[in-house]
Amino acid sequence: MSQQLLRVKDLQVEFKSGSITNKAVNGVSFDLDANESIGIVGESGSGKSVTATSILRLIPNPPGKITGGDIYFKGNNLLEMSNNDIRKVRGNEISMIFQDPSTSLNPVFKVGNQLMESIRTHQNVSKKEAKKKAIEMLELVGIPAPEKRMNMYPHEFSGGMRQRVMIAIALSCNPELLIADEPTTALDVTVQAQILNLMKDLQARLQMSIIMITHDLGVVWETCDKMIVMYAGRVVESGEVKAIYQNPLHPYTWGLLDSQITESQESTEALSAIPGSPPDLSYEIKGCPFADRCPYAQAICYETTPELAEPYQGHAVACHFQTTEQQLERREDAYVDGSTSRS
Amino acid sequence: MEALLEVKDLKKHFPVASTIPFKKSTQSVKAVDGVNFNVYPGETLGVVGESGCGKSTMARLVNQLITPTSGIVHFKGDDLVTMNKETLRETRKKIQMIFQDPYASLDPRISVGELIAEPLVIHNVGDKASRKKRVEELLEIVGLNKRFADRYPHEFSGGQRQRINIARALTINPELVICDEPVSALDVSVQAQVINLLKQLQAEFQLTYIFISHDLNVVRYTCDRIAVMYLGKIVEIGTYEQIYSNPKHPYTKALFSAIPKESPFDDKERIILKGTVPSPLNPPSGCSFHERCPVAIDICSKQEPNVVTTANTHQASCHLIQK
Repeated sequence: MSQQLLRVKDLQVEFKSGSITNKAVNGVSFDLDANESIGIVGESGSGKSVTATSILRLIPNPPGKITGGDIYFKGNNLLEMSNNDIRKVRGNEISMIFQDPSTSLNPVFKVGNQLMESIRTHQNVSKKEAKKKAIEMLELVGIPAPEKRMNMYPHEFSGGMRQRVMIAIALSCNPELLIADEPTTALDVTVQAQILNLMKDLQARLQMSIIMITHDLGVVWETCDKMIVMYAGRVVESGEVKAIYQNPLHPYTWGLLDSQITESQESTEALSAIPGSPPDLSYEIKGCPFADRCPYAQAICYETTPELAEPYQGHAVACHFQTTEQQLERREDAYVDGSTSRS
Repeated sequence: MEALLEVKDLKKHFPVASTIPFKKSTQSVKAVDGVNFNVYPGETLGVVGESGCGKSTMARLVNQLITPTSGIVHFKGDDLVTMNKETLRETRKKIQMIFQDPYASLDPRISVGELIAEPLVIHNVGDKASRKKRVEELLEIVGLNKRFADRYPHEFSGGQRQRINIARALTINPELVICDEPVSALDVSVQAQVINLLKQLQAEFQLTYIFISHDLNVVRYTCDRIAVMYLGKIVEIGTYEQIYSNPKHPYTKALFSAIPKESPFDDKERIILKGTVPSPLNPPSGCSFHERCPVAIDICSKQEPNVVTTANTHQASCHLIQK
């Protein structure tokens, strides 16, 4: 039995702008064990990044505010920690890499200094030792000629190299949890393959857990053990990656899987697409947030919000028609045509 | 079949400012460096490659948004490069473009109706009433409500904005539409909607597309032929079956092996390329790919490979291909 590292329970995050309140995250819960990786997938605005940034309490306040829930990391509630204590966790025990490597490094400092900063903040080491460690880290992430690269500025690096530097900074204090917020979205496929390989390799070597936020299901298949599917600030499905791939339960997950273009897809058939777009979270949503776009929706879906239920061991879904008592039958043609038909 | 668009030895070199003041620069970025291809009526030509390989520059050269350093662009037999301004304007009606970022390509201060009617105003087509009618018709064609004409871009989601962009491109009945990463900024579920729409419009209005994308699955699904670009050159071109099932160039092979898995059970053999695309300021000698090529031999660093035609319509430039 591996030991539980992180537990997020009923997390609620709101953003206020004027008189409008946006419920960006609305009751998200998940667990993560040591040396395990979890993927969070969903469309833009589904709350995946907000969930992840809340773990480190990096939500800008105002306008954002964590209004409810608990986040336990190794038994301690991160939301109740003092600012001083959470600073010791950030970048040390939990670190984060962001989507855009060109904006997350400071352009006016040398790469080496930025690496050493994080090491010296959290570890009581001399400048010389920090430098040695920094060079080691650059070597670890596969940057050639690390001594020379230490003295270069971020603009002298390519996108993939910058992301490697970000990973080096994130891993420099041997964190137990790495949060990767769309780490490869801004990169080319060839570089994406390099970075994902590197992350998997480092996870095995350094024994850490990863939260991988992405909208690309291919990335999840490649790197994760478990996954949660988010929609409109809620978890609509969660479970083992393999279980969800083989037996997806939520109609939204079906739509996501269907709208992926696969190798076997004939270019003569129309792509499946989920009609419409995600709901506006500044209004109170009555019923299931996906009901408007769901081909299977019935009267009850517009009335009551479905709770997460576990029809299979370890595989949860929030849908009125997917419970232990009853199951929906997945229709092949449910998402065909999408909204392109001009009716 | 006669080509709709014929591009021959097209080059664009951007001069780089000298680091020494008052000294004229001798260096230049070879963004597009000798590109040849034809586009036939009714087909979709896909252009793929990593960022910085010159895909977008090439698109802008085709409709003369930037002037090429040298080369020929024939559209229906007329050379766009040497054409005078007046005729170019007239010819360009037939070549329209859809840009990548639907958030940046629509002016936030202009209503959707005006945005779509703008090409008609610029080319002086029709009167106010007929323009209004055309706008409503176009909104319906791209699957939007015609009441949306009075709204402003910020009221729309990314997918809807891209539909507005498509409507704009179709306003004056083009024959060739250049789509520069039209779905890259969209979510998967919305991406599929827009691709379906583009395909449907192609069939309905007999459009020809040049489809630029870095997403190889999207390209495979939408395109009849595919051109693979690397450092300003086309390294391989062929039908999509040829490129996908029988790639000849080692770069094409590596590019396609980098597509993420299709399922968690997929055990894919990967060719992981080392490093990144070299600087186009100072491209490597010989074959520009030899530094990253897993199968490079001696000659690759010395001599630039010729274009080898391996099968009808399938061409690649690599020393290792047997004729």
